[in-house]
Amino acid sequence: MRVPYFPGCSLKDFADNFEKSAFASASVLGVELVELPEWYCCGVVAPLEEDELIRKVAPARNFLRTKELGGNKLVTLCSMCYNTLKLTNLYMKKNPDKLERINSFMDEEENYDGTVEVIHFLELLRDIVGFEKMREKVKKPLKGLKVAPYYGCLLLRPKEVAIDSLEKPTVMEDLLKSLGAEIVNSPLKKTCCGSYQVINNKEVASKLVYKIITAVTKRGGEAVVTSCPLCHYNLDSLQKDLSDKYPGYKEVPVFYFTQLMALAFGLEEEVLGLEKHEVNPLNLLKSKGLI
Amino acid sequence: MKGSLILKKVNSEFIRKIVEVSGVNVFACYQCGRCSASCPLVEEMDILPNQMVRLVQLGNEEVLNTATPWICATCFSCTARCPLGIDIAKLAEALRSISLRKNIDKVKINQISFGELMKLPQIALVSNFRKNTSVS
Repeated sequence: MRVPYFPGCSLKDFADNFEKSAFASASVLGVELVELPEWYCCGVVAPLEEDELIRKVAPARNFLRTKELGGNKLVTLCSMCYNTLKLTNLYMKKNPDKLERINSFMDEEENYDGTVEVIHFLELLRDIVGFEKMREKVKKPLKGLKVAPYYGCLLLRPKEVAIDSLEKPTVMEDLLKSLGAEIVNSPLKKTCCGSYQVINNKEVASKLVYKIITAVTKRGGEAVVTSCPLCHYNLDSLQKDLSDKYPGYKEVPVFYFTQLMALAFGLEEEVLGLEKHEVNPLNLLKSKGLI
Repeated sequence: MKGSLILKKVNSEFIRKIVEVSGVNVFACYQCGRCSASCPLVEEMDILPNQMVRLVQLGNEEVLNTATPWICATCFSCTARCPLGIDIAKLAEALRSISLRKNIDKVKINQISFGELMKLPQIALVSNFRKNTSVS
């Protein structure tokens, strides 16, 4: 199965281990993510103003490139790209007059007709591949690894873009169970990590990360699993400061769900990019006999 | 922030502008406070999210001088939980936008150290600048 894929900036740079592990795991499942031959920054955050159209042009161009690949589904890995592209696409579908205006901004292109559907890789795995099929491909079950799924905001909110139940999502739990991992349920799995506030309100982000991580460790969690490169950055890189600040603070590694897929599928360690983590995950994985 | 209620004509021009930019019907709000109860950053704010909505209902432009819309990280918890379906995240975006369109920057890019700039991921920088600067 070939599916058009939008990477976004992070997946080509600081989160390239997310992409590499996703590509490798997808190929085990017979899925080929076909990168759009030309793509444009999605804008990272969806323009929410009703009268803001120019920032919706780049997403529209990405949808045109998707159609040129002969697809009507566009897959993303990054939660922020997912949210931005999905919300913008829905806006264009709901407001044909605005879509016409956006089309007029790019008169060198064909008109975008609103027929592309943006999906997250997690949805593709759940709805098209199926977790049962994933279970069959597991060579090294993540036995005894206690993982806490962390959804953050943008996969679940607002409601019209939610890939799962808003208040009680299970897609990551189901995925990780199929890999053999033990699930730790944290009440803060849908709480904001502080997002872009990390730049001008680092303390604020740091407090949120402290709450999110300690909620996991209190319940016996050994690792956090996410699908958002910005959540990953905040949760991973702000933990060093927390260790200095709070005596007895316990650091936990943060993984992309695709890294754990690649690990369970028995793929070579290079695709995991474990050297990129700030909180070193090697000891944990070694103690479980996974590497 | 302290406020007082004085009987006078509301600033309907300000309300009209907010409604136009946000697309949100602020008058649906009956001040239940669920947005504030859901907000993960509420303790950092100077007024509660429901107070932000109330000031807009009253046409009080002082709302533009509060920290609340700038502390909001657009996590959509309030939007998801409002029993009347008011998109409070969109309202906060409109309040930021109205300030930014007057060329008011909330982040000074040249005050971020080079070391930080090299370390921070692109998505943090771009999203922050999208929300806090008047350029682009």
